[in-house]
Amino acid sequence: MNTGDTAWVLMSSALVLLMTPGLAFFYGGMVRKKNILSILIQCFIIMCLVSVQWVIYGYSLSFHPGSGFWGGFGWLGLNGVGLEPYADYAATIPHQAFMIFQAMFAVITPALIIGAFAERMKFSAFLTIILLWVTFVYAPVCHWVWGIGGWLRNLGALDFAGGTVVHINAGIAALVMAIMIGKRKNLDKNIPAPHNMPFVALGTGLLWFGWFGFNAGSALAANGLAANAFVVTNTAAAAAGLSWAIIEWVRNGKPTIFGVCSGAVAGLVAITPAAGFVSVVPAVIIGLLVSVFCFIAVTVIKPKLGYDDSLDAFGVHCVGGIWGALATGLFASKAVNPAGADGLFYGNPHQLLVQFYAVAVTLVYSGILTLVIYKVVDVIIGVRVNKKEEAIGLDLTQHCEKAYTVLE
Amino acid sequence: MKLIIAIIQPDKLEEVKEELYKAEVNLITVSEVLGHGRQKGIAEVYRGAKETGNLLRKIRLEIAVNEDFVESTIKAIIKGAKTGETGDGKIFIMDLNECVRVRTEERGPVAIG
Repeated sequence: MNTGDTAWVLMSSALVLLMTPGLAFFYGGMVRKKNILSILIQCFIIMCLVSVQWVIYGYSLSFHPGSGFWGGFGWLGLNGVGLEPYADYAATIPHQAFMIFQAMFAVITPALIIGAFAERMKFSAFLTIILLWVTFVYAPVCHWVWGIGGWLRNLGALDFAGGTVVHINAGIAALVMAIMIGKRKNLDKNIPAPHNMPFVALGTGLLWFGWFGFNAGSALAANGLAANAFVVTNTAAAAAGLSWAIIEWVRNGKPTIFGVCSGAVAGLVAITPAAGFVSVVPAVIIGLLVSVFCFIAVTVIKPKLGYDDSLDAFGVHCVGGIWGALATGLFASKAVNPAGADGLFYGNPHQLLVQFYAVAVTLVYSGILTLVIYKVVDVIIGVRVNKKEEAIGLDLTQHCEKAYTVLE
Repeated sequence: MKLIIAIIQPDKLEEVKEELYKAEVNLITVSEVLGHGRQKGIAEVYRGAKETGNLLRKIRLEIAVNEDFVESTIKAIIKGAKTGETGDGKIFIMDLNECVRVRTEERGPVAIG
């Protein structure tokens, strides 16, 4: 047991927790003012729901050494998850510290999907979908990549802090849900402008801050690897924010705060799988390029294909996540992390292939399962609110509250 | 000259604007207002305390037109805003005494368009 490591992982858990309220403001600022509370409650209720689900069975299903597909039920209710280290995951911190760190990842992953179906989902259907999704999609994919005996882990796929497990997984689910639920009403005539850009910037700040726990905390120790992850995380976010602003400046004539924020988040997404395997120059390249890919995805491909991924959960998290996972296969180096692997540019083309395989498997599995979950819930509860409720807004119709008063 | 004031549903603004452009009525003023007619507001609940009869968000349009355009403006607003349900809104039409264009100081019908 190491006190420094334990302190850092507990602190990192708190940092990652803060990302979900950060995301709530990031997304909340982008919707119309009649729907901001629906975004906030969806994020906060996920913190409540998944935190409880995680200690009851989620952690066991994800991390108990079970089959290659799923963990077991041996740690139900955290039975056997004690205060001593569990060496196969983290040898120097209490097992419960590892557990609670992972809980925060399970919380933010489904919250990312909210961006796809914002402004039009019934709250009851939302809760049901999220609970099914963390059980049947998040838990298995998490186990494959990070769990003992997980088959992608055994294959040698590298995912330092959740490029596949978190971002590609949530991103593809977002695309499926956006297509299934359909466009928001009157979208062709009136593309709604974000109602509160300062909230978007506030959310981005909280996400960037919390992401140090996400990536540097994934070293699971207060050591050099954590410092490497911290530095490359900040570098990639900065490079991507810069790059998005430059793209806008050249293409649209003016850089925007929305652009800088979108770029920074895309950069954080892309560096996530690579943070513990790449050095700082590759981080600059990963950051500069992710904005190019995500910019094309949200401004060219999305309008062309016509799906309404309202807040670009797919365009930023899935596209950025795929680039990050593949970039890990290009730039990973054993000089940074001896426990990792070399990538293509360090003489090991096989790693890129493994990364590609892990990405493809996640896309297919999460995509199909999300479709099934959506269909089932749609038949039983009905996913979308009716036209009138959508016109009035989710805050009033789903929650009987409003965020802003007009008089006093 | 007439001044037309219309109260419509917020999500119908784009459609009404489109119909007005088609009718070649290009000058409108738009504001966000609160109100309710027959259609009641939606109850809000804060920590268990229920507030009823609250006002709903509406959009208020003000359009000043010459006589020739009165009917086409009314038709355009109806075409854009009508759903057949309670809450579609109202159109008020009143005589307009004078109109001055600030830039040129022109007065009367010529200053409207």
